[in-house]
Amino acid sequence: MLTKRIIACMDVRDGQVVKGVQFQQLRHAGDPGELAERYNVEGIDEVVVLDITATLESRQALARTINAVARQIFLPLTVGGGIRSEEDAAAAVDAGADKVSLNTAALRNPDLITTLARRYGSQAVIVAIDAKRRGDGFAVYVRSGTSDAARDAVEWAREAESRGAGEILLTSMDRDGTRSGFDCEMTAAVANAVNIPVIASGGAGGLDHFADVFTRGHADAALAASIFHYADTSVSELKRYLREKNIPVRL
Amino acid sequence: MIALIDYGAGNLTSVRKALTSLGAEFATPASPSECARFSALIVPGVGNFAATGALVGPWRDAIRAAVRSGTPLFGICLGMQWLFEGSDEAPEVPGLGVLPGRVVRLKGNAEERLKIPHVGWNALQAPRGPAGSAPQEKGSAPQEKGPAPHEAGLHGRILAGLAPGAHVYFTHSYAAPVTVDCMAETRHADTFSAVVERSNVFGVQFHPEKSSDTGLQIIRNFLEVTRGC
Repeated sequence: MLTKRIIACMDVRDGQVVKGVQFQQLRHAGDPGELAERYNVEGIDEVVVLDITATLESRQALARTINAVARQIFLPLTVGGGIRSEEDAAAAVDAGADKVSLNTAALRNPDLITTLARRYGSQAVIVAIDAKRRGDGFAVYVRSGTSDAARDAVEWAREAESRGAGEILLTSMDRDGTRSGFDCEMTAAVANAVNIPVIASGGAGGLDHFADVFTRGHADAALAASIFHYADTSVSELKRYLREKNIPVRL
Repeated sequence: MIALIDYGAGNLTSVRKALTSLGAEFATPASPSECARFSALIVPGVGNFAATGALVGPWRDAIRAAVRSGTPLFGICLGMQWLFEGSDEAPEVPGLGVLPGRVVRLKGNAEERLKIPHVGWNALQAPRGPAGSAPQEKGSAPQEKGPAPHEAGLHGRILAGLAPGAHVYFTHSYAAPVTVDCMAETRHADTFSAVVERSNVFGVQFHPEKSSDTGLQIIRNFLEVTRGC
């Protein structure tokens, strides 16, 4: 039986892992290679490295970070943040990424999804969607959550799938960093609208939040950052809890 | 020295990293004629079966000749699918044809939320289908010991040291049927061949280079087979 995936995300700036609250107030959280190794031992299923500065200078630092992480662990590794072109994606893949995550660039230039899916396969292309509740819908934001994209998350996820995305990484901006639980309604709305896996992100605080998003939220995978970084919750403890709740996980 | 065949289907970085971490010596042959010089071959690959069209002709002939002469061959993901006769994904492209059977699209199951592509960690199980205790027919293979045939373990030299229920990382939409060559099957709405082995030919549908300790054990097993030849 296909298991539900637990994914650790590292927001990286200048080669170091940092973590903010609702996309602000960054705190230092450790060395990416060391963290990745700890997660691997604990049984993490996948690792995402997000370059949150994504400036030109940080490009080379990012390649070094990807390399350091890929040398430590033999797990699927996704790289995102500032991937704007086929060249950016190729640099990440060459450094050891198995998948790239597109956000702002995918909205600005949806053909990039198709170009990368043709070159690397759909399994290598994740479209990341940052969204906030608005009325009955879910408004998509870009540029690290600073700019309203005037799109609805469900409709954009469908389009991304049709253009060749292999997975959707859906982040609730309302919940990000708050530890108040995933936005299960939003996750379910997107997961029910597409046939590709949906990774829920934003709001993980307790073990029950993961059980919720896998059941009520219909998520295929759940991503978290801070609760794993600061060792509040170990991945192995989380997975044992989910197994007790009859949610299939890899132990 | 192992030949890692690069035909442009996906990225070989992670396969290289895994081989390096296990101390294997490998190189990428530039032309088919070099294949005969290697002690083993690995055909990796991810993506559409049409990409294996790059191997039709001299590469396919050279790899078939190497297999016939007893050289171990390991196909990973798309590389495993290529071991079969062909795939519905690109019917015009012939497979290597060293294993009988044809690769088909997984159907999934919308009601049970079993989506396609099949992405993530799933379990290896002993095949219940036509396999049973699959005979190893190659006369020159000296190691006839293996695990006890009636133990609830997994068969096959490529799966040495692994138990049913071991999880590995998949990402694919097409898969090979469970045939006599199947050493482990996996279920995702359909049941398909996750691991195949026939004499000196081995294949895995998942990504051992992305499957943590279980995956590294499988690659180590292949290196072990290679040393025995």
